[in-house]
Amino acid sequence: MIEHFMIEHLNISRRSFLGQIFSAGALVLAAPLTIAPAFGQAAKTWQPSIYLGIEPNGDVKIVAHRSEMGTGARTCLPMIVADELEADWSRVTIVQALGDPKYGSQNTDGSCSVRDFYDAMRGAGAGARTMLEQAAAAKWGVPQEECQGKNHFVVHSKSNRKLSYGELVPLTSAATAPTQNAVRFKTPSEFRYIGKEIPLTDLSDLLTGKGTFGIDARMPGMVYAAIARPPVMDSGIKSVDDSAAKQVKGVQQVLTLELAKPPCEFKAMGGVAVLADNTWAALQGRKNLKVEWTPSEHSNYESAAYKKELLETAQKPGRVAREIGDVDAEFAKSGKILEASYYTPMLAHAPMEPPAAVAEFKDGKVVTWANTQNPQEVQDTVAKALGIPKENVVCHVTLLGGGFGRKSKPDYVAEAALLSKQSGKPVKIVWSREDDMQFDYFHSPAGLYMKAAVDEKGHPTAWLQRTVFPPIGMQNNPNEEYGGFQLGMGWTDIPYRLSNLRVENGPAKAHVRIGWLRSVANIYHAFGVQSFTDELAAGAGRDRVEYLLQLIGEPRVVDFGKEGMKQPGRSNPKFPFDTARLRNVIDLVAEKSGWANKKSGAGHGFAIAAHRSFLSYIATVVEVEVTSSGEVRIPQVHIAVDAGRVINPDRVRAQFEGAAVFGTSIALMSETTAAAGRIQQTNFNTYQVARINQAPMVTNVHLVNSDAPPAGVGEPGVPPIPPAICNAIFAATGKRIRELPIKKQLG
Amino acid sequence: MIQIRVNGKAATFDGDPEMPLLWFLRDELQLTGTKYGCGVGMCGACTVHVNGEAARACLTPMKDAAGKTVTTIEGLAVNGDHPLQKAWKAANVPQCGYCQSGQIMQAAAMLKKVPKPTDKEIDTTMQGNICRCGTYQRIRQAIKQAAGVKA
Repeated sequence: MIEHFMIEHLNISRRSFLGQIFSAGALVLAAPLTIAPAFGQAAKTWQPSIYLGIEPNGDVKIVAHRSEMGTGARTCLPMIVADELEADWSRVTIVQALGDPKYGSQNTDGSCSVRDFYDAMRGAGAGARTMLEQAAAAKWGVPQEECQGKNHFVVHSKSNRKLSYGELVPLTSAATAPTQNAVRFKTPSEFRYIGKEIPLTDLSDLLTGKGTFGIDARMPGMVYAAIARPPVMDSGIKSVDDSAAKQVKGVQQVLTLELAKPPCEFKAMGGVAVLADNTWAALQGRKNLKVEWTPSEHSNYESAAYKKELLETAQKPGRVAREIGDVDAEFAKSGKILEASYYTPMLAHAPMEPPAAVAEFKDGKVVTWANTQNPQEVQDTVAKALGIPKENVVCHVTLLGGGFGRKSKPDYVAEAALLSKQSGKPVKIVWSREDDMQFDYFHSPAGLYMKAAVDEKGHPTAWLQRTVFPPIGMQNNPNEEYGGFQLGMGWTDIPYRLSNLRVENGPAKAHVRIGWLRSVANIYHAFGVQSFTDELAAGAGRDRVEYLLQLIGEPRVVDFGKEGMKQPGRSNPKFPFDTARLRNVIDLVAEKSGWANKKSGAGHGFAIAAHRSFLSYIATVVEVEVTSSGEVRIPQVHIAVDAGRVINPDRVRAQFEGAAVFGTSIALMSETTAAAGRIQQTNFNTYQVARINQAPMVTNVHLVNSDAPPAGVGEPGVPPIPPAICNAIFAATGKRIRELPIKKQLG
Repeated sequence: MIQIRVNGKAATFDGDPEMPLLWFLRDELQLTGTKYGCGVGMCGACTVHVNGEAARACLTPMKDAAGKTVTTIEGLAVNGDHPLQKAWKAANVPQCGYCQSGQIMQAAAMLKKVPKPTDKEIDTTMQGNICRCGTYQRIRQAIKQAAGVKA
């Protein structure tokens, strides 16, 4: 059911930006869109968001308004439109949208492209098909119900007549867009593309080097920039000696970019910029700059001491975010108590393509091409940096060589725009890998403390958990020390049936820019909860699957307001937390992995972790082998996924295969550290990520066949991987890992 | 003046002889299929063939490329139909696709020397090529398919 259906028939000649995409005779519709409802809020606001056009020659153009960074959004959203339109996929061209608020949210993160736009895309396709059916019905003088759009034709089967979509387009020129009552939506059994494994629209380009990424964008007359940025957050420039830099062949200019003042937001950091004829000259020029920096309040940031501080803070009472019963009273009784502390490190995004943009400032306007996850944020950030209206910033979106949340923050686009304004030339900026790893918006390090009282069967009678991490809120308030929305990510929404539960959050101040990384706070929260669950089950000598199911309890839709959450928000009726679905993926992964017959020991172990995030239910079984020298190998991973209706099963499986690798990096080797306020890792030799010989050998993804609304798939695969790996290591060796990354802990 | 052949065409360069081949290909010849990933030979995104051998373009100064024959992803097969490209397509390997030029060029060089690679040989050769999306499983599958060895 599509609520608040409304589409608008647009006149191309009056809409110049559409005129760049469609010819004057095309049928173009603006489709409705729910503004992505904030969790717990019903959709209310509607506005035109996506555009679909049919050319008089029958070619269909679908505008992709979300960014493609590897999740398949640029293919899968158009599939939904084309399905309802009954378009021939081979006649569909996908056009990438500019940044523009009229599309609704273009912020491609939070695993919400399909989830938030499924209905809107269906409405666009079905509305256009209806108009074509109406036009055919009028021409033939038959009732509309007898006319059906089918694979690029409208067919009247009674009289065995048909007209192609192209032939019908001119007949729609004076038509008004249909109301919802006049539109027939397909039933799932009629779906032509939804649920089918359609290859990426860019597949051939990606295999032949033809795809245009941000790093590949060019403008005539552009110069290449490299920037020396403040190595410690909020440090200032003491002195600059650019004489050697200017001697480098190909260096044109050295410019100073004003340093950003806190809060950091998405502002360009500022620093000293070298402009040159090519990338190499810019990098060589920067190497030859001599910049002295003043210290800042963050110059004493040391990761080892900070880790200790996080873990100590987690020992102390924090702000209570959720409470059921009275854990203290239960702990005071003479039962058995288990407790554990966990730590996960700071992480860098390290997408294979670093941040990159080209921008030209001219006559008070900026045109930019960028590998951005959020072109409207580019408009906002660039406009603010240059003091021009947002409308004067045109943002073209390229393909993204990975994003993982880094490319939602357009500081690098602002750099290119500011340098273009200063130099009077188009400027291209490509962050070096060293820039990327040292000036990221880092994933927070986290210290966690867990405590439970257990009965004689090992079942918890009281459960206390505390999380401490520098929050993303520091972007807007440098003094923010509490977790805000990150607490709702696998922490306050712990689904266990407990009589006594307290969920807390302790304070931590940020000393680097903090930002969201694929799966965000779910990474450390799932690590704490799913590791501790395994510890309790081990203490009780119980089967892990059976124990996990008992903790979740009988199937129920969790009402967090009634179960002690302090700020539950309004419930989201479309996506309730239904523990039956969580239990189901646990059962499914147990079955598919052959759990009942798996025996761990002697360096070979199996374990499970389950976690709901981004509205999807995931259970993961990992098999590990630990060699005598302490190396961890992962022969097999099984992941059961309930993400609601799946648009493109192959691309969804790919997301979870990739999540297993991403999670393996987090578990085994990735870590960012600071000393004297500076980031110590500069490249893939010191910031390590999983390679083909370290990644899981085989990941099997088992999708639940579901009619529930589509939920997230880009992120929810990651959180269960690190705890499942560590639990499997315990099963294999008896050694409990409570700190990530594992690195040499087993050696 | 440095002279090299790139994808069958002669090219010349008279800039800094220390400049890596990567930036010559990308900035001067506008052959942007070869990607920058790390600049220090740690990720494999810039892998090309120099005189038929896999090489990291980011670590190959122009002076060392002088007089040599370079093949990039754009020149691997005229119609993009190298057996590896076909196998990559059949397995739907790419997610973001950024590292795949380097992955394919590395695998192509391997298959010339080791036409029927084992898992271990694939691991040894391909571990220099990072994929952050995590497509390794399908890369392995595609290499085996192209090589005609059992998956």
